[in-house]
Amino acid sequence: MTARSLSAGIGRSVDYDRLLNSLGAWALALIWFLPLIYALWTAFHPGEFATRFDPLAPLTLDNFARAWEAAPFARYFLNTVLLVTFILVGQFVLCTLAAYAFARYRFPGSSILFTLVLLQLLVMPDILIVENYATMRMLGLVDTIAAIGLPYIASGFGIFLLRQTFMTVPKELEEAARVEGAGPLGVMLKVYVPLAKPTYLAYGLVSVSHHWNNFLWPLIVTNSVETRPVTVGLSVFSAVDQGIDWSIITAATLMTSGPLLIAFLLFQRQFVQSFMRAGIK
Amino acid sequence: MTRRIEWIHGWLLLTPALVLLFAFTHVPAVKTIIDSFFSTPRGARPATFVGTANYEFLLNDATFWRVLENNALYALVTIPVSIALAIAMALWVDGKLKGRGFVRMAYFAPTVLPLIATANIWMFFYTPGFGLIDQVRALFGGAQVNWLGDPQLVLGAVMVVAIWKEAGFFMIFYLAALQSIPPSLREAAAIEGASRWTFFRRVTFPLLMPTTLFVSINAVINAVRLVDHIFVMTEGGPDNHSSLLLYYIYETAFKFWDTAYASTLTVVVLAILSVLAIGQFHLIDRRVHYR
Repeated sequence: MTARSLSAGIGRSVDYDRLLNSLGAWALALIWFLPLIYALWTAFHPGEFATRFDPLAPLTLDNFARAWEAAPFARYFLNTVLLVTFILVGQFVLCTLAAYAFARYRFPGSSILFTLVLLQLLVMPDILIVENYATMRMLGLVDTIAAIGLPYIASGFGIFLLRQTFMTVPKELEEAARVEGAGPLGVMLKVYVPLAKPTYLAYGLVSVSHHWNNFLWPLIVTNSVETRPVTVGLSVFSAVDQGIDWSIITAATLMTSGPLLIAFLLFQRQFVQSFMRAGIK
Repeated sequence: MTRRIEWIHGWLLLTPALVLLFAFTHVPAVKTIIDSFFSTPRGARPATFVGTANYEFLLNDATFWRVLENNALYALVTIPVSIALAIAMALWVDGKLKGRGFVRMAYFAPTVLPLIATANIWMFFYTPGFGLIDQVRALFGGAQVNWLGDPQLVLGAVMVVAIWKEAGFFMIFYLAALQSIPPSLREAAAIEGASRWTFFRRVTFPLLMPTTLFVSINAVINAVRLVDHIFVMTEGGPDNHSSLLLYYIYETAFKFWDTAYASTLTVVVLAILSVLAIGQFHLIDRRVHYR
C-alpha cells in the first residue's frame, strides 16, 4: 500500500506521461486489431462495400454461404479436427511416458538422450521437409492425415515441459501410492498426471492452436480433399479465386480461423496463461 | 537387480517417443547432410557421390545469396522491432490501463490466428488502389503503390506482417517475467526518487534479460520457420525479392524436384541456426547473471 501512495505522489507530476502511454497502448491495439475489424467488415457486407466504408451498408451472411459452397470446407474442418486430435492424443501419451522416465528414473544414457530431445527445439521437423517427405513416401503414407501428424508427436518441447512439472512432484506422494500397491505406470497415472493438469491444459492449447494453424508441412504431404486441413484448403481456394471476389475470400478466411478465434475470445485468460506457463518453464 | 529393472523401465518408457523422435528429427537431419554430398536421383539414374559439388553450386547460386540476404535483413529488422514492441506491450498491459482486457486481446489475437489466413487479409490491405493502405494514402493525396509488386518494397511489406504476428506472442513471455519482479524493487526506486524511465533502464530491463534470451532464440527460429505468408502474398516474388530460405528450400525440393540441392540448402540453414543459437546464448548469457 505504501508503494501505491508513493507512486501516486509521483504520479501527480507525471500524469502527462501516463496519458501518453495510454494513448500509445490504445493506438497500437487498434492498429493490431485493424486487420480483423476489416475482415469482419468485408465478410459481413455485400461485395460492393469491400472497399467502401459506409456505416449504413446492409449486413449479410451471403459471403459465408457462397464460400462454404465453393469449396469442401466441411471436409477440411473434419480433417483438421482429426489431425489436431491425433497429434494431441499422441503427444500426451508419448511425452508423458518419456517425461516420466526422464524425471524419475536413473538409467545409463539418460542425459545424452535428454540432450537429443532438447535438440529438437532447434532442429525442427518444420525445416526437415525434404527428408521427411522421402520417409513418408517410403512408408507409403503420403497424402494421409497420419503423415501430417507423425513428425510432431514426439515433441521435444512437450517432453521438456512435462519433465519440469513432474520433477516438482514430492517423492512422498509417489511412495504413498507405492505402499498402496501401485506399479510404475499406476504411480504415473494416479500421482503425476493429475498433479500436472495445468501443464497439460497449457500445452494442449499451445499444441492445438499451433497445429490448427500449421501450413507448410500439410501443404507438402497432402494432395487431396480427403486429407487437406483447413489452412491448405483455404490457400487452394483463395489461389483459384485470386482477385475475383474479396468478400468471399475474407469470409472463408474468417471461417477457417473462426473456431480458434471464438475459443480464444471465450477462454482468453486461459489462453494467455497457457502460453505464459508454457513459455517460462 | 532392482537397479537393472529401473534401467529397463526407464528405457521402455522412452522407447515410443525416441523411435518417432529419431525417425522424424535425428535420422532425417543426418540424412540431409549425407544427401547434400550426392546428386539428385532422376528416373532410372540413382544418386551418385558428387563430393562438394552441391556446395560449389550453392556458392555460385545468385538466387541463394539473394534469399540469404533477404532472410538476414528480414531477421535483423523483424526481431528487434517485435521484441521492442513486445516489451512496450507487456509494460502497458501490466500497468494500470483503461480497457486493459481489450488491449491485451488485440495484441495477442494475431498469435492464435493462422498466418495463412491473416496473410489473405494483409494482401487485401496492400492491393494497389483499392487496398486500405492506398485508400488512406489517397486521402492525403498519395499515389497508388504496388507494395507487393515492387522489388524495393516487397520485403518491407512482408516484414510488417511478421512483426504484427510475432510481437503479441513475445509480449506474453515478457508479461510473465514482469509479474515475477518483486514490487519491493519499485518501492525502493520510488524512495530513491528514480524516474520511471530510469527504473525501466536500470531495473526492469536487466531483469528481463533471461526472457530476452529466450525470446530472441525463439525469434530467430521463427524468422526461418514461418514462411506461410510468403505463399499467399508474393510466392517469393517479384524476382525472389521476398523469398526466404525455407521458401527457397520448398521451391527447390517440391517445384524443381532437386532434392539434393534442397538438402544442401537445409544443411546451410541448420548450420546458421545452430551458430546463431549458440552465439546468442553466450552473448546474452554473460549479461544475464551479473546481478
